[in-house]
Parts: sequence; structure tokens; C-alpha cells
Amino acid sequence: MKTKTGFGIGFFASVLFLLTFIPFGPTNPGLKVGDIAPDFQLKSTTGKMVTLKDYKNVKGYIVVFTCNTCPYAQAYEQRIIDLHNKMAPMGWPVVAIMPNDPNVQPGDGFDKMVERAKEKKYPFEYLLDDGQKVFPAYGAVRTPHVFLLDKDRKVRYIGGVDDNSEDETLITRRYVEEAIVAVDKGSEPDPNLTKTVGCMIKVKK
Amino acid sequence: MRKLTFMAALMLILSMGKAQQIYESFEDFAPLLAQTQNDTTYVINFWATWCAPCVKELPYFEKLHQAMAAQKIKVILVSLDFRKDLETKLKPFLEQRQISASVAALVDSKQAQWIDKIDPNWSGAVPATLVYRGNQRQFKEGEFENFEDLQQFVLHFFDPKN
Repeated sequence: MKTKTGFGIGFFASVLFLLTFIPFGPTNPGLKVGDIAPDFQLKSTTGKMVTLKDYKNVKGYIVVFTCNTCPYAQAYEQRIIDLHNKMAPMGWPVVAIMPNDPNVQPGDGFDKMVERAKEKKYPFEYLLDDGQKVFPAYGAVRTPHVFLLDKDRKVRYIGGVDDNSEDETLITRRYVEEAIVAVDKGSEPDPNLTKTVGCMIKVKK
Repeated sequence: MRKLTFMAALMLILSMGKAQQIYESFEDFAPLLAQTQNDTTYVINFWATWCAPCVKELPYFEKLHQAMAAQKIKVILVSLDFRKDLETKLKPFLEQRQISASVAALVDSKQAQWIDKIDPNWSGAVPATLVYRGNQRQFKEGEFENFEDLQQFVLHFFDPKN
């Protein structure tokens, strides 16, 4: 009896140990360039459910994790609208996903997303990552964070929109546009990975 | 009267000493990350006034700065606020909070070129904290839960074994 209890405690202790430490183990790095990105089904501010496979006649997708509240996302808002207006006719639409937990960041609630999309007349879908399943699968960590996928959903570029967050007049590299040009030509984007400052994605506590 | 003017001028100079240093380019900022020839522990926190989790943990850094004043430690709070916000947002924020730790502003907007140089594991999201002494380095992306959490992160640099 005693040994059984001992085993029981040991067993529970090890389960507890695993439960405690798994989240701190090697974190899931998410998608890398060359990986196939998962499709998703998320609710748009237009009210409909959106999946990537619903897009017809596209060459790829500019998936952008962004939100209402982050000043960096705000700094890029108009540039993302412009990017869509320029690239969607060429077969590369923007698909925007809001990854924050609205309970942690109330300014990013679905109603606020609808308001923002209407006010700024977003020409692209603005989707809520309800349940916060999509952004970890992609490995998004900040807003804004771009994942450029080709029509097979293969990741071709990850990172920032361009190389100057604060002053558009000083931009020397338009990473996303350049990556699209490269993919259209059948070559590899260079760079295919960039880092920019952004706001941490707000996760459920 | 003359003495009074002198005192006022001195006070002004002293208070200006706490004003934040502004780094226009990462090249000018980089030496702050490379003071490896002494035995001071540098605690460098990257934050911004617009970043709620950063603002929440600032008091932990301020407390660390005060609690360890007798040690060879330097706490530097590096603001990544936009240049246009330095006068209108950062300055009033610092005055209101009465931060006594050093504050620097890094406004080099070519971030893609310098994020990796701070730490290759950094995604660019704030807050983020780098602690180093000599060639010993430790980096964390994300916020500290509380003061003790930050203290733990820093204290082992003061472990006699190191």
C-alpha cells in the first residue's frame, strides 16, 4: 500500500514536473521560410468567415498580424492599405489577422476592429484570431509581423514591411514588395527574413 | 545674489544630468553594449511609453537601481519611442515618474539592421532586457512578473562563483 502511494506521488510529481516545464522548454519557433503555412478559418470584420483557399486567382497572400492599438501597427496601417491596393491587382492580397486577446487589450475587441476597418475603409479582410490558435502556429510574436505565402501557402518571406518604421521618406528597402517581385520572377527573396520593433502579442492570462 | 545665481545654475546643470541621452544611430549606441573591460553589471531594458507591459515593469527596474546602488551595477532604460514623441511623450512621462535610473532614447529607425546586434534571439518585440558583465550575457524578451523575478535574473551576475 505504502509503495503504491509512493508510486502515486512520484507519478503525479513527474506529471506536475512535465506540466510545469513544458511551456518553458524550447518554444515553438513557428514557421520558417520554406515551410507550408496552415490555412485557417477566421471571422472577418465584414462578418463572413475567411479561409485562404477561398481566394481565387491569386499568386499568393500577404498575411499580416496587426492590431488597432500598437503604435507600430498604427504607423504601418496606411502603408499596409497602400500595399494591398498596389499588390492585390497583381494577385497578392493582404490578409490581416488581429492576434491579441481582447480581454487583455480591450482596444482590440472585435467591435473595435469593425469600427477601425470601417473608419479607415480597409480594402482587405481584417480577421480576429479568435482563441489565439493561428498566430502561434505561424510563429508571429509582434504586431505588425508579415508572412508572405505563395499560392501553395509556402512561406517565402517573414518580417517587416520595409526598413523604416518612423519615416516613410527614408525608406530604402521595401521588403515585402521586393519579395513579391522576386517570387513572381521565380527567384528567392533576399532578404527573406527581417526583424523590426513591434508590440508583443497580448496573450490570454 | 551672485552665489544664488551660481547655485541655481548648478541645480539646473545637475537636473539636466538626468535628461535622456538621444542616440540617432545604432553605431553611437553600440558602445553601451560593449563595456566588457570592467566589472560593472549592465542592465539594459528596451521599452517605450506606448508599451503597456513595459511601463508596468519600469518600477521594478527603478527599484533595482535604488536597491543595488552600492553594487557595481548600471541600469539603463532605453526608450524606443518614435523621435517625434520624445518631447511630447517621453519627456513628460519621465518627469511625472521621477525616474532616477539612466534613460537613453534610441531613435535609429533602421531597426532591421540592429535588432540582431542587441541579441540574435530578439524578435524586436518590447519589452526586452539584456544583462551583461564582461563576456557574460543574458537576454530576455518579454516582461518580468514582478521585482523578484527581475532580481533573480540579475542576481546571479553577483554570485561569487562567477
